[in-house]
Amino acid sequence: MKPFTYERATTPAEAAAAVVRQPGSRFIAGGTNLLDLMKLEIETPAHLIDVNGLKLDTIEPTPDGGLRIGALVSNTNLAADQGVRRDYGVLSRAIVAGASGQLRNKATTAGNLLQRTRCPYFYDTNQACNKRRPGSGCAAIGGYSRQLAIIGTSDACIATYPGDMAVAMRLLDATVETVQPNGAARTIPIADFHKLWGKTPHIETALTNGELITAVTLPRPLGGTHVYHKVRDRASYAYALVSVAAVIQRDGTGRVAIGGIAPKPWRVEAADHAMPQGAKAVASRLLAGAKPTHDNAFKVPLVERTLAAVLAETRAA
Amino acid sequence: MTCSSELELSRRGLLAAGAATAAMTQVSVADAQGVSPSKPPPAMHVSFTVNGKRRELTLDTRTTLLDALREHLQLTGSKKGCDHGQCGACTVIVDGTRINSCLTLAVMHEGAKITTIEGLGTPERLHPMQAAFIKHDGYQCGYCTPGQICSAVAVLGEIAAGIPSHVTASLTGKPGVTNDEIRERMSGNICRCGAYSNILEAMTEVAGTRA
Repeated sequence: MKPFTYERATTPAEAAAAVVRQPGSRFIAGGTNLLDLMKLEIETPAHLIDVNGLKLDTIEPTPDGGLRIGALVSNTNLAADQGVRRDYGVLSRAIVAGASGQLRNKATTAGNLLQRTRCPYFYDTNQACNKRRPGSGCAAIGGYSRQLAIIGTSDACIATYPGDMAVAMRLLDATVETVQPNGAARTIPIADFHKLWGKTPHIETALTNGELITAVTLPRPLGGTHVYHKVRDRASYAYALVSVAAVIQRDGTGRVAIGGIAPKPWRVEAADHAMPQGAKAVASRLLAGAKPTHDNAFKVPLVERTLAAVLAETRAA
Repeated sequence: MTCSSELELSRRGLLAAGAATAAMTQVSVADAQGVSPSKPPPAMHVSFTVNGKRRELTLDTRTTLLDALREHLQLTGSKKGCDHGQCGACTVIVDGTRINSCLTLAVMHEGAKITTIEGLGTPERLHPMQAAFIKHDGYQCGYCTPGQICSAVAVLGEIAAGIPSHVTASLTGKPGVTNDEIRERMSGNICRCGAYSNILEAMTEVAGTRA
Protein backbone atom coordinates (compact mmCIF):
# COMPACT_ATOMS: atom_id res chain seq x y z
CA MET A 1 0.00 0.00 0.00
CA LYS A 2 1.22 3.52 -0.78
CA PRO A 3 1.53 5.83 2.24
CA PHE A 4 -1.35 8.22 2.83
CA THR A 5 -2.46 10.79 5.36
CA TYR A 6 -5.81 10.36 7.08
CA GLU A 7 -8.44 12.60 8.62
CA ARG A 8 -11.92 12.20 10.07
CA ALA A 9 -14.58 14.52 8.70
CA THR A 10 -17.50 15.66 10.86
CA THR A 11 -19.92 17.13 8.30
CA PRO A 12 -20.70 16.21 4.68
CA ALA A 13 -19.75 19.69 3.43
CA GLU A 14 -16.43 19.54 5.31
CA ALA A 15 -15.70 16.12 3.82
CA ALA A 16 -16.47 17.28 0.27
CA ALA A 17 -14.32 20.40 0.69
CA ALA A 18 -11.40 18.36 2.10
CA VAL A 19 -11.21 16.27 -1.07
CA VAL A 20 -10.71 19.35 -3.21
CA ARG A 21 -8.18 20.84 -0.76
CA GLN A 22 -5.98 17.74 -0.88
CA PRO A 23 -5.25 16.42 -4.37
CA GLY A 24 -5.44 12.64 -4.63
CA SER A 25 -7.97 12.32 -1.80
CA ARG A 26 -10.60 9.64 -1.45
CA PHE A 27 -13.48 9.17 0.95
CA ILE A 28 -13.45 5.99 3.00
CA ALA A 29 -16.52 4.46 4.69
CA GLY A 30 -16.68 0.65 4.93
CA GLY A 31 -13.43 0.39 2.99
CA THR A 32 -14.05 -3.20 1.93
CA ASN A 33 -13.46 -2.45 -1.75
CA LEU A 34 -11.13 0.56 -1.50
CA LEU A 35 -8.62 -1.07 0.89
CA ASP A 36 -8.62 -4.25 -1.19
CA LEU A 37 -7.66 -2.15 -4.23
CA MET A 38 -5.16 -0.06 -2.24
CA LYS A 39 -3.30 -3.20 -1.18
CA LEU A 40 -2.90 -4.05 -4.86
CA GLU A 41 -1.95 -0.41 -5.60
CA ILE A 42 -4.78 -0.19 -8.11
CA GLU A 43 -6.06 2.66 -5.93
CA THR A 44 -3.30 4.92 -4.60
CA PRO A 45 -4.90 7.82 -2.71
CA ALA A 46 -2.51 10.27 -1.04
CA HIS A 47 -5.11 11.19 1.56
CA LEU A 48 -8.12 9.41 3.06
CA ILE A 49 -11.12 11.23 4.46
CA ASP A 50 -13.00 8.97 6.86
CA VAL A 51 -16.71 9.78 6.53
CA ASN A 52 -17.95 7.30 9.12
CA GLY A 53 -18.61 10.10 11.61
CA LEU A 54 -21.06 11.99 9.39
CA LYS A 55 -24.16 10.50 11.04
CA LEU A 56 -25.67 9.52 7.69
CA ASP A 57 -26.75 6.16 9.07
CA THR A 58 -30.50 6.42 9.45
CA ILE A 59 -33.44 5.17 7.36
CA GLU A 60 -36.40 7.56 7.38
CA PRO A 61 -39.74 7.86 5.56
CA THR A 62 -39.99 10.68 3.03
CA PRO A 63 -42.98 13.09 2.90
CA ASP A 64 -44.24 11.49 -0.34
CA GLY A 65 -44.38 7.95 1.06
CA GLY A 66 -40.92 6.75 0.06
CA LEU A 67 -37.81 5.94 2.06
CA ARG A 68 -34.57 7.88 2.52
CA ILE A 69 -31.57 5.66 3.21
CA GLY A 70 -28.51 7.37 4.70
CA ALA A 71 -25.26 6.87 2.77
CA LEU A 72 -23.63 5.14 5.75
CA VAL A 73 -26.38 2.61 6.51
CA SER A 74 -24.63 -0.76 6.42
CA ASN A 75 -25.78 -3.40 3.97
CA THR A 76 -26.81 -5.61 6.90
CA ASN A 77 -28.92 -2.89 8.53
CA LEU A 78 -30.55 -1.94 5.24
CA ALA A 79 -31.47 -5.53 4.40
CA ALA A 80 -32.80 -6.07 7.95
CA ASP A 81 -34.84 -2.87 8.15
CA GLN A 82 -38.50 -3.76 8.76
CA GLY A 83 -39.81 -1.14 6.31
CA VAL A 84 -37.47 -2.31 3.56
CA ARG A 85 -38.39 -5.96 4.16
CA ARG A 86 -42.10 -5.14 4.04
CA ASP A 87 -42.25 -2.65 1.14
CA TYR A 88 -39.04 -3.12 -0.85
CA GLY A 89 -38.37 -6.84 -0.48
CA VAL A 90 -36.37 -6.98 -3.71
CA LEU A 91 -33.80 -4.67 -2.12
CA SER A 92 -33.38 -6.84 0.99
CA ARG A 93 -33.14 -9.94 -1.21
CA ALA A 94 -30.53 -8.37 -3.50
CA ILE A 95 -28.35 -7.28 -0.57
CA VAL A 96 -28.33 -10.64 1.20
CA ALA A 97 -27.50 -12.34 -2.11
CA GLY A 98 -24.19 -10.44 -2.18
CA ALA A 99 -20.83 -10.83 -0.43
CA SER A 100 -20.48 -12.43 3.02
CA GLY A 101 -21.94 -11.58 6.42
CA GLN A 102 -18.68 -9.93 7.51
CA LEU A 103 -18.55 -7.74 4.40
CA ARG A 104 -22.23 -6.75 4.58
CA ASN A 105 -21.70 -5.66 8.19
CA LYS A 106 -19.05 -3.20 7.05
CA ALA A 107 -20.12 -2.20 3.52
CA THR A 108 -22.27 0.92 3.24
CA THR A 109 -25.10 1.99 0.95
CA ALA A 110 -23.02 4.65 -0.82
CA GLY A 111 -19.88 2.55 -0.96
CA ASN A 112 -21.74 -0.39 -2.47
CA LEU A 113 -22.97 1.85 -5.31
CA LEU A 114 -19.33 2.77 -5.96
CA GLN A 115 -18.04 -0.80 -5.93
CA ARG A 116 -15.60 -1.23 -8.81
CA THR A 117 -15.59 -4.03 -11.34
CA ARG A 118 -14.20 -7.47 -10.51
CA CYS A 119 -12.83 -8.02 -14.01
CA PRO A 120 -9.68 -10.16 -13.51
CA TYR A 121 -7.73 -7.97 -15.92
CA PHE A 122 -8.57 -4.87 -13.87
CA TYR A 123 -7.23 -6.65 -10.78
CA ASP A 124 -4.06 -7.96 -12.44
CA THR A 125 -1.71 -4.98 -12.65
CA ASN A 126 0.47 -6.79 -15.20
CA GLN A 127 -2.34 -6.72 -17.74
CA ALA A 128 -3.50 -3.95 -20.04
CA CYS A 129 -6.66 -2.29 -18.73
CA ASN A 130 -8.20 0.94 -19.97
CA LYS A 131 -10.07 1.30 -16.70
CA ARG A 132 -6.95 1.05 -14.53
CA ARG A 133 -4.54 2.74 -16.95
CA PRO A 134 -6.44 4.72 -19.60
CA GLY A 135 -5.11 4.09 -23.09
CA SER A 136 -3.27 0.86 -22.23
CA GLY A 137 -5.79 -1.38 -23.99
CA CYS A 138 -8.14 -4.13 -22.83
CA ALA A 139 -6.69 -7.57 -22.17
CA ALA A 140 -10.17 -8.91 -21.40
CA ILE A 141 -11.21 -8.58 -25.05
CA GLY A 142 -9.97 -11.84 -26.53
CA GLY A 143 -9.02 -13.03 -23.05
CA TYR A 144 -10.87 -15.00 -20.39
CA SER A 145 -14.26 -13.30 -20.39
CA ARG A 146 -16.72 -15.81 -18.96
CA GLN A 147 -17.80 -13.46 -16.14
CA LEU A 148 -17.80 -10.29 -18.23
CA ALA A 149 -20.43 -8.15 -19.92
CA ILE A 150 -22.55 -9.02 -22.94
CA ILE A 151 -24.27 -5.68 -23.50
CA GLY A 152 -23.44 -1.99 -23.09
CA THR A 153 -19.76 -2.79 -23.71
CA SER A 154 -17.33 -0.94 -25.94
CA ASP A 155 -14.10 -1.56 -27.83
CA ALA A 156 -12.31 -0.17 -24.78
CA CYS A 157 -13.86 -2.28 -22.00
CA ILE A 158 -16.14 -5.28 -21.45
CA ALA A 159 -16.18 -5.24 -17.63
CA THR A 160 -19.37 -5.65 -15.60
CA TYR A 161 -20.72 -3.64 -12.73
CA PRO A 162 -20.50 -6.39 -10.08
CA GLY A 163 -23.00 -5.40 -7.38
CA ASP A 164 -26.43 -6.72 -6.42
CA MET A 165 -27.87 -3.88 -4.30
CA ALA A 166 -27.77 -1.37 -7.15
CA VAL A 167 -29.71 -3.72 -9.44
CA ALA A 168 -32.64 -3.58 -7.01
CA MET A 169 -32.25 0.18 -6.62
CA ARG A 170 -32.34 0.59 -10.41
CA LEU A 171 -35.51 -1.50 -10.50
CA LEU A 172 -37.08 0.71 -7.83
CA ASP A 173 -36.04 3.96 -9.61
CA ALA A 174 -34.02 5.19 -6.65
CA THR A 175 -32.44 8.64 -6.55
CA VAL A 176 -28.89 9.31 -5.36
CA GLU A 177 -28.50 12.46 -3.24
CA THR A 178 -25.11 14.15 -3.10
CA VAL A 179 -23.34 17.22 -1.78
CA GLN A 180 -20.64 18.97 -3.81
CA PRO A 181 -17.49 20.67 -2.50
CA ASN A 182 -19.15 24.10 -2.77
CA GLY A 183 -21.89 22.83 -0.46
CA ALA A 184 -24.53 22.52 -3.19
CA ALA A 185 -26.79 19.47 -3.06
CA ARG A 186 -28.01 17.63 -6.14
CA THR A 187 -29.96 14.48 -6.97
CA ILE A 188 -29.02 11.93 -9.62
CA PRO A 189 -31.54 9.35 -10.90
CA ILE A 190 -29.97 5.91 -10.46
CA ALA A 191 -30.46 5.27 -14.19
CA ASP A 192 -27.90 8.02 -14.85
CA PHE A 193 -25.58 7.24 -11.94
CA HIS A 194 -23.52 4.41 -13.47
CA LYS A 195 -21.97 5.18 -16.87
CA LEU A 196 -21.55 2.96 -19.89
CA TRP A 197 -17.84 2.51 -20.51
CA GLY A 198 -17.64 3.98 -24.03
CA LYS A 199 -14.16 5.35 -24.76
CA THR A 200 -13.59 6.34 -21.10
CA PRO A 201 -14.05 3.22 -18.96
CA HIS A 202 -12.12 4.84 -16.10
CA ILE A 203 -15.09 7.19 -15.64
CA GLU A 204 -17.59 4.95 -13.86
CA THR A 205 -20.22 7.19 -12.31
CA ALA A 206 -21.82 10.62 -12.69
CA LEU A 207 -20.04 11.89 -9.55
CA THR A 208 -17.68 14.85 -9.98
CA ASN A 209 -14.45 15.36 -8.03
CA GLY A 210 -15.20 15.72 -4.33
CA GLU A 211 -18.91 14.99 -4.68
CA LEU A 212 -20.15 12.95 -1.72
CA ILE A 213 -23.20 10.69 -1.65
CA THR A 214 -25.37 11.56 1.35
CA ALA A 215 -28.42 9.34 0.78
CA VAL A 216 -30.36 7.12 -1.58
CA THR A 217 -34.09 7.80 -1.80
CA LEU A 218 -36.69 5.23 -2.83
CA PRO A 219 -40.04 6.36 -4.28
CA ARG A 220 -43.36 5.06 -2.93
CA PRO A 221 -43.62 1.26 -2.69
CA LEU A 222 -44.76 -0.53 -5.86
CA GLY A 223 -46.64 -3.37 -4.19
CA GLY A 224 -46.58 -6.65 -6.12
CA THR A 225 -44.32 -9.64 -5.64
CA HIS A 226 -40.63 -8.90 -5.14
CA VAL A 227 -37.98 -11.32 -6.39
CA TYR A 228 -34.20 -11.30 -6.69
CA HIS A 229 -32.88 -14.39 -8.41
CA LYS A 230 -29.11 -14.69 -8.66
CA VAL A 231 -27.34 -17.34 -10.73
CA ARG A 232 -23.70 -17.90 -9.80
CA ASP A 233 -20.95 -20.51 -9.81
CA ARG A 234 -21.50 -21.48 -6.17
CA ALA A 235 -24.49 -21.19 -3.86
CA SER A 236 -23.13 -18.37 -1.71
CA TYR A 237 -20.45 -15.68 -1.68
CA ALA A 238 -19.91 -15.34 -5.44
CA TYR A 239 -20.59 -12.64 -8.02
CA ALA A 240 -23.57 -13.01 -10.33
CA LEU A 241 -23.28 -14.61 -13.72
CA VAL A 242 -26.81 -13.30 -14.24
CA SER A 243 -29.19 -11.85 -11.68
CA VAL A 244 -32.81 -10.82 -12.15
CA ALA A 245 -34.54 -8.26 -9.94
CA ALA A 246 -38.27 -8.10 -10.54
CA VAL A 247 -41.49 -6.69 -9.15
CA ILE A 248 -44.51 -8.45 -10.67
CA GLN A 249 -48.12 -7.38 -10.20
CA ARG A 250 -51.14 -9.71 -10.05
CA ASP A 251 -52.15 -8.85 -13.63
CA GLY A 252 -48.78 -9.97 -14.98
CA THR A 253 -47.41 -6.48 -15.56
CA GLY A 254 -44.22 -5.47 -13.81
CA ARG A 255 -40.64 -4.42 -14.21
CA VAL A 256 -37.29 -6.13 -14.37
CA ALA A 257 -33.60 -5.23 -14.03
CA ILE A 258 -30.65 -7.51 -14.73
CA GLY A 259 -27.26 -7.73 -13.02
CA GLY A 260 -24.02 -9.38 -14.07
CA ILE A 261 -24.33 -8.63 -17.79
CA ALA A 262 -23.46 -4.96 -18.31
CA PRO A 263 -21.44 -1.98 -17.04
CA LYS A 264 -24.48 -0.97 -15.02
CA PRO A 265 -27.71 -2.47 -13.67
CA TRP A 266 -29.51 -3.24 -16.95
CA ARG A 267 -33.08 -2.09 -17.42
CA VAL A 268 -34.98 -1.43 -20.66
CA GLU A 269 -38.45 0.14 -20.55
CA ALA A 270 -39.63 -1.67 -23.70
CA ALA A 271 -38.82 -4.93 -21.92
CA ASP A 272 -40.96 -3.95 -18.93
CA HIS A 273 -43.90 -3.38 -21.30
CA ALA A 274 -43.47 -6.92 -22.62
CA MET A 275 -43.78 -8.55 -19.19
CA PRO A 276 -47.27 -10.01 -19.78
CA GLN A 277 -45.93 -11.73 -22.94
CA GLY A 278 -43.44 -13.83 -21.01
CA ALA A 279 -39.73 -14.37 -20.59
CA LYS A 280 -38.78 -14.74 -24.26
CA ALA A 281 -40.37 -11.44 -25.25
CA VAL A 282 -38.81 -9.62 -22.28
CA ALA A 283 -35.34 -11.12 -22.80
CA SER A 284 -35.25 -10.29 -26.50
CA ARG A 285 -36.00 -6.63 -25.73
CA LEU A 286 -33.52 -6.51 -22.85
CA LEU A 287 -30.72 -7.98 -24.92
CA ALA A 288 -31.30 -6.29 -28.29
CA GLY A 289 -27.84 -5.37 -29.57
CA ALA A 290 -25.99 -7.69 -27.17
CA LYS A 291 -22.41 -8.48 -28.16
CA PRO A 292 -21.36 -11.50 -26.12
CA THR A 293 -17.90 -13.07 -26.41
CA HIS A 294 -17.29 -16.74 -27.13
CA ASP A 295 -16.80 -17.32 -23.38
CA ASN A 296 -19.91 -15.55 -22.14
CA ALA A 297 -22.44 -16.23 -24.92
CA PHE A 298 -24.15 -18.58 -22.44
CA LYS A 299 -25.41 -15.52 -20.58
CA VAL A 300 -27.87 -14.71 -23.42
CA PRO A 301 -30.02 -17.84 -22.93
CA LEU A 302 -29.32 -17.69 -19.18
CA VAL A 303 -31.06 -14.30 -18.94
CA GLU A 304 -34.19 -15.72 -20.58
CA ARG A 305 -34.16 -18.86 -18.45
CA THR A 306 -33.65 -16.95 -15.22
CA LEU A 307 -36.49 -14.63 -16.19
CA ALA A 308 -38.70 -17.65 -16.89
CA ALA A 309 -37.85 -19.05 -13.45
CA VAL A 310 -38.73 -15.72 -11.83
CA LEU A 311 -42.07 -15.51 -13.66
CA ALA A 312 -42.91 -19.10 -12.69
CA GLU A 313 -42.00 -18.35 -9.09
CA THR A 314 -44.23 -15.28 -8.93
CA ARG A 315 -47.14 -17.13 -10.55
CA ALA A 316 -46.81 -19.81 -7.90
CA ALA A 317 -46.65 -17.23 -5.08
CA MET B 1 45.23 -13.14 -13.68
CA THR B 2 43.99 -11.15 -10.77
CA CYS B 3 46.35 -10.79 -7.88
CA SER B 4 44.83 -12.31 -4.77
CA SER B 5 45.73 -9.25 -2.71
CA GLU B 6 43.31 -7.16 -4.80
CA LEU B 7 40.49 -9.42 -3.65
CA GLU B 8 41.36 -9.12 -0.01
CA LEU B 9 39.18 -6.62 1.77
CA SER B 10 40.14 -5.03 5.02
CA ARG B 11 37.66 -5.33 7.87
CA ARG B 12 37.07 -1.58 7.68
CA GLY B 13 36.46 -1.79 3.92
CA LEU B 14 34.04 -4.68 4.32
CA LEU B 15 32.02 -2.77 6.93
CA ALA B 16 31.91 0.31 4.71
CA ALA B 17 30.76 -1.77 1.74
CA GLY B 18 28.13 -3.43 3.91
CA ALA B 19 26.84 -0.07 5.11
CA ALA B 20 26.64 1.20 1.53
CA THR B 21 24.67 -1.88 0.48
CA ALA B 22 22.32 -1.42 3.43
CA ALA B 23 21.83 2.24 2.54
CA MET B 24 21.10 1.32 -1.07
CA THR B 25 18.59 -1.29 0.05
CA GLN B 26 16.92 1.27 2.26
CA VAL B 27 16.66 3.76 -0.58
CA SER B 28 15.24 1.22 -3.00
CA VAL B 29 12.63 -0.01 -0.50
CA ALA B 30 11.73 3.59 0.26
CA ASP B 31 11.45 4.35 -3.46
CA ALA B 32 9.23 1.33 -3.95
CA GLN B 33 6.91 2.67 -1.29
CA GLY B 34 7.01 6.20 -2.65
CA VAL B 35 8.55 7.72 0.47
CA SER B 36 11.79 9.60 0.76
CA PRO B 37 14.00 8.04 3.44
CA SER B 38 14.11 11.30 5.37
CA LYS B 39 10.32 11.42 5.60
CA PRO B 40 8.72 8.54 7.51
CA PRO B 41 5.28 7.40 6.36
CA PRO B 42 2.39 9.20 8.08
CA ALA B 43 1.55 7.84 11.53
CA MET B 44 -1.42 8.47 13.80
CA HIS B 45 -2.46 7.81 17.35
CA VAL B 46 -5.46 5.57 17.95
CA SER B 47 -7.02 4.11 21.08
CA PHE B 48 -9.54 1.31 21.36
CA THR B 49 -10.53 -1.47 23.72
CA VAL B 50 -9.41 -5.00 22.89
CA ASN B 51 -10.87 -7.85 24.93
CA GLY B 52 -11.81 -5.41 27.71
CA LYS B 53 -8.37 -3.77 27.88
CA ARG B 54 -7.80 -0.22 26.71
CA ARG B 55 -4.98 0.03 24.16
CA GLU B 56 -3.15 3.09 22.84
CA LEU B 57 -1.10 2.83 19.67
CA THR B 58 0.72 5.10 17.28
CA LEU B 59 0.57 3.45 13.89
CA ASP B 60 1.51 3.92 10.26
CA THR B 61 -1.88 4.92 8.80
CA ARG B 62 -1.67 1.89 6.47
CA THR B 63 -1.84 -0.58 9.36
CA THR B 64 -4.91 -2.77 9.11
CA LEU B 65 -6.81 -3.69 12.26
CA LEU B 66 -5.53 -7.24 11.75
CA ASP B 67 -1.88 -6.15 11.67
CA ALA B 68 -2.42 -3.89 14.69
CA LEU B 69 -3.78 -6.86 16.64
CA ARG B 70 -1.15 -9.34 15.51
CA GLU B 71 2.01 -7.28 15.09
CA HIS B 72 1.53 -4.49 17.63
CA LEU B 73 -0.57 -6.09 20.36
CA GLN B 74 0.79 -9.64 19.92
CA LEU B 75 -2.75 -11.03 19.70
CA THR B 76 -1.85 -13.62 17.09
CA GLY B 77 -5.05 -15.64 17.39
CA SER B 78 -6.66 -13.73 14.51
CA LYS B 79 -5.08 -15.08 11.35
CA LYS B 80 -4.00 -13.60 8.04
CA GLY B 81 -5.16 -15.88 5.26
CA CYS B 82 -5.85 -14.02 2.03
CA ASP B 83 -5.57 -10.44 3.41
CA HIS B 84 -8.33 -9.43 0.96
CA GLY B 85 -11.58 -10.27 2.76
CA GLN B 86 -12.11 -13.52 0.92
CA CYS B 87 -11.28 -16.19 3.50
CA GLY B 88 -12.58 -14.95 6.87
CA ALA B 89 -9.55 -16.15 8.92
CA CYS B 90 -9.18 -12.58 10.28
CA THR B 91 -12.79 -12.29 11.51
CA VAL B 92 -13.12 -10.35 14.78
CA ILE B 93 -16.11 -8.79 16.53
CA VAL B 94 -16.15 -4.98 16.57
CA ASP B 95 -18.87 -3.17 18.54
CA GLY B 96 -20.96 -6.34 18.43
CA THR B 97 -20.65 -7.16 14.72
CA ARG B 98 -18.25 -9.49 12.94
CA ILE B 99 -15.99 -7.97 10.33
CA ASN B 100 -12.89 -8.86 8.30
CA SER B 101 -10.11 -7.17 10.28
CA CYS B 102 -7.83 -7.28 7.22
CA LEU B 103 -10.12 -4.95 5.26
CA THR B 104 -10.27 -2.09 7.72
CA LEU B 105 -7.66 0.35 8.99
CA ALA B 106 -6.76 0.40 12.67
CA VAL B 107 -7.05 4.22 12.74
CA MET B 108 -10.70 3.91 11.68
CA HIS B 109 -11.54 2.31 15.05
CA GLU B 110 -10.99 5.10 17.55
CA GLY B 111 -13.02 4.24 20.66
CA ALA B 112 -14.18 0.86 19.32
CA LYS B 113 -14.69 -2.28 21.41
CA ILE B 114 -12.93 -5.19 19.75
CA THR B 115 -13.23 -8.85 20.69
CA THR B 116 -10.78 -11.40 19.29
CA ILE B 117 -10.58 -15.14 19.86
CA GLU B 118 -8.34 -14.41 22.88
CA GLY B 119 -11.19 -12.43 24.43
CA LEU B 120 -13.94 -15.00 23.89
CA GLY B 121 -12.43 -17.56 26.24
CA THR B 122 -9.20 -18.90 27.73
CA PRO B 123 -7.79 -22.43 27.79
CA GLU B 124 -9.06 -22.68 31.38
CA ARG B 125 -12.44 -21.10 30.73
CA LEU B 126 -13.49 -21.88 27.18
CA HIS B 127 -16.32 -20.04 25.47
CA PRO B 128 -19.15 -22.54 24.80
CA MET B 129 -18.44 -22.24 21.06
CA GLN B 130 -14.77 -23.08 21.61
CA ALA B 131 -15.75 -26.10 23.71
CA ALA B 132 -18.22 -27.22 21.04
CA PHE B 133 -15.61 -26.93 18.26
CA ILE B 134 -13.31 -29.19 20.30
CA LYS B 135 -16.07 -31.67 21.09
CA HIS B 136 -17.23 -31.92 17.47
CA ASP B 137 -13.75 -31.78 15.93
CA GLY B 138 -14.63 -28.57 14.06
CA TYR B 139 -11.13 -28.16 12.59
CA GLN B 140 -8.11 -30.02 11.33
CA CYS B 141 -5.12 -27.68 10.87
CA GLY B 142 -6.78 -24.98 12.97
CA TYR B 143 -5.63 -21.99 10.95
CA CYS B 144 -9.13 -20.76 10.08
CA THR B 145 -10.57 -21.72 13.47
CA PRO B 146 -10.26 -18.40 15.37
CA GLY B 147 -12.10 -16.68 12.51
CA GLN B 148 -14.64 -19.50 12.30
CA ILE B 149 -15.38 -19.27 16.03
CA CYS B 150 -15.69 -15.46 16.08
CA SER B 151 -17.97 -15.70 13.05
CA ALA B 152 -19.98 -18.56 14.57
CA VAL B 153 -20.64 -16.65 17.80
CA ALA B 154 -21.76 -13.58 15.82
CA VAL B 155 -23.89 -15.63 13.39
CA LEU B 156 -26.02 -17.02 16.22
CA GLY B 157 -26.45 -13.43 17.42
CA GLU B 158 -27.49 -12.30 13.92
CA ILE B 159 -30.09 -15.07 13.68
CA ALA B 160 -31.41 -14.22 17.16
CA ALA B 161 -31.64 -10.56 16.12
CA GLY B 162 -33.83 -11.58 13.15
CA ILE B 163 -31.41 -10.39 10.45
CA PRO B 164 -32.48 -12.14 7.21
CA SER B 165 -30.13 -14.15 5.00
CA HIS B 166 -30.21 -15.32 1.39
CA VAL B 167 -31.94 -18.57 2.45
CA THR B 168 -34.50 -17.06 4.84
CA ALA B 169 -37.88 -18.14 3.44
CA SER B 170 -39.94 -15.14 4.51
CA LEU B 171 -38.61 -11.61 4.85
CA THR B 172 -41.36 -10.75 7.29
CA GLY B 173 -40.81 -13.78 9.54
CA LYS B 174 -37.90 -14.62 11.84
CA PRO B 175 -35.06 -16.78 10.58
CA GLY B 176 -34.51 -20.05 12.45
CA VAL B 177 -31.33 -21.87 13.43
CA THR B 178 -31.35 -24.37 10.56
CA ASN B 179 -28.54 -26.11 8.69
CA ASP B 180 -29.26 -24.01 5.62
CA GLU B 181 -29.17 -20.74 7.58
CA ILE B 182 -25.88 -21.62 9.29
CA ARG B 183 -24.21 -22.79 6.07
CA GLU B 184 -25.27 -19.65 4.18
CA ARG B 185 -24.22 -17.27 6.96
CA MET B 186 -20.82 -18.98 7.42
CA SER B 187 -19.96 -18.77 3.69
CA GLY B 188 -17.44 -15.98 4.35
CA ASN B 189 -15.26 -18.35 6.39
CA ILE B 190 -13.32 -20.77 4.23
CA CYS B 191 -11.90 -24.02 5.69
CA ARG B 192 -9.51 -25.73 3.29
CA CYS B 193 -9.42 -28.83 5.51
CA GLY B 194 -13.16 -29.11 4.97
CA ALA B 195 -14.36 -29.25 8.57
CA TYR B 196 -17.64 -27.64 7.61
CA SER B 197 -20.00 -30.41 8.70
CA ASN B 198 -18.38 -30.57 12.16
CA ILE B 199 -18.49 -26.77 12.48
CA LEU B 200 -22.20 -27.00 11.67
CA GLU B 201 -22.70 -29.55 14.44
CA ALA B 202 -20.79 -27.42 16.94
CA MET B 203 -22.85 -24.33 16.13
CA THR B 204 -26.09 -26.29 16.23
CA GLU B 205 -25.25 -27.62 19.68
CA VAL B 206 -24.45 -24.14 21.01
CA ALA B 207 -27.69 -22.81 19.52
CA GLY B 208 -29.50 -25.47 21.52
CA THR B 209 -31.22 -27.25 18.66
CA ARG B 210 -30.75 -30.57 16.92
CA ALA B 211 -28.89 -30.73 13.63
